[in-house]
Amino acid sequence: MLKLRDGIVELYRKVATSLPPDVEESLKAAALREEQGSAAESALKVMIENVRLARDTVRPICQDTGVPVFYLKVPAGLSHNELRLTIDEATRIATERVPLRPNAVDVLTERNSGDNTGIGFPVVYFEETSSGTLTIDLMLKGGGCENVGQTYKLPVPELNAPRDLAGVGRCVVDAVQKAQGKGCPPYVIGVGVGAAKDQVTRLAKEQLMRKLGDVNKTGELAAIEQTLVSEINRLGIGPQGLGGKTTALAVKIGVNHRHPASYFVDVSVSCWATRRGRLIW
Amino acid sequence: MVRTVPVSLPMTEDDARGLRAGDLVLLSGNIVTGRDRIHKFLLEQKPSSESLPFPLAGSVLYHCGPIMKETEEGFIVVAAGPTTSMRVEMYEHGVIGGCGIRGVMGKGGMGDLTRQALVERGCVYMHTIGGAAVYLAERITKVLGVWMLEEFGLAEAMWHLEVKDFPAIVTMDAHGNDTHREIEALSLERFREMAGIRQG
Repeated sequence: MLKLRDGIVELYRKVATSLPPDVEESLKAAALREEQGSAAESALKVMIENVRLARDTVRPICQDTGVPVFYLKVPAGLSHNELRLTIDEATRIATERVPLRPNAVDVLTERNSGDNTGIGFPVVYFEETSSGTLTIDLMLKGGGCENVGQTYKLPVPELNAPRDLAGVGRCVVDAVQKAQGKGCPPYVIGVGVGAAKDQVTRLAKEQLMRKLGDVNKTGELAAIEQTLVSEINRLGIGPQGLGGKTTALAVKIGVNHRHPASYFVDVSVSCWATRRGRLIW
Repeated sequence: MVRTVPVSLPMTEDDARGLRAGDLVLLSGNIVTGRDRIHKFLLEQKPSSESLPFPLAGSVLYHCGPIMKETEEGFIVVAAGPTTSMRVEMYEHGVIGGCGIRGVMGKGGMGDLTRQALVERGCVYMHTIGGAAVYLAERITKVLGVWMLEEFGLAEAMWHLEVKDFPAIVTMDAHGNDTHREIEALSLERFREMAGIRQG
């Protein structure tokens, strides 16, 4: 487990200090689309320059290194408890060495634990896999964009959102309209639809792990994802909320079966600095 | 066309009132950081300005919880981008009134109470690029001091920093202009059109 621990520390370093190539490319393409000399273009150029500087100097892209969220695919027989303890230890080391900003605050005492570990912190999800390899995906999710996420219960009359996929779309565009520039656009948007409130929230966030170019396996959802990107970009919120053509880089939708009475839609928002990475063990 | 205005700190009331929404400012001089807990503390405990270790008059209050590293020569700034300003909306007007700052800097804009205080007191709100933490940290030239470190921790303490050509855009000026509010209104109108919601 010692080597695995060090592997997770390195995963933290990579995810905190470099942007996935698909996200960086998408920001560069966005900069070319914006009007020359506009606030939108200059904001995107600063973001791209910041990504380069962070990578070259091995410093975190954003001072908010967020809540670490782990998704593990674990071969049968490997102890989940031991993996959890290894992640906690790696988190303490990474906080000091990368460094990460200590973000875990005790709700009762208001004390910051100082090492990014605490009750339910970091967030870790386990899933068993029939494959023989352990896959560890990590996302560092900043607080600003986490705060602008929303959960909806269809129908929503004031949004003219019925209990169907068109209604889902209304919720997504509404969430971005309400977020404005507070969560650092251009955003990546994860959407989860289903029967249970807790389940859709997790499903929505999981969608943020998909590569931006990843096409939804369900054709109907793939089409809606594309339509929603254009609709969001028509809002004109723009990079940093300063106006412009690029408010979202991608929308990714995941669906579960729903209960006849329940139609929950969760919208999880990620900032332009969508930081994710994978360790295969 | 974007107007670029170099601003040396401390600022006077006239300096602040001379800035307009849309101006790109390059700040040089001393600023302080403060986020959720500092704002709550300043408002609830109302410490006298003499009891504060740094002069806030004419300065800029930066909504930022930086990553700092302690070295043998003292603290250095690793990464220092802005945090979402709206979370301190209920406190900011009191802070602006109470300690004579001439600028508030963060990201995403603020609400009606702050906008009124900016107009009444002669102060501006500046948006700087969220997530550009290394780019902005490079423009912080010195860590001058820290306050409430023990109590609030590294990210929430008040840091006294020297900056050089630190870039930000004035988005709420002392005349009531508010870029965020304009964009919000426009985007709401477009959303209503798309969703087939009748106006009003």
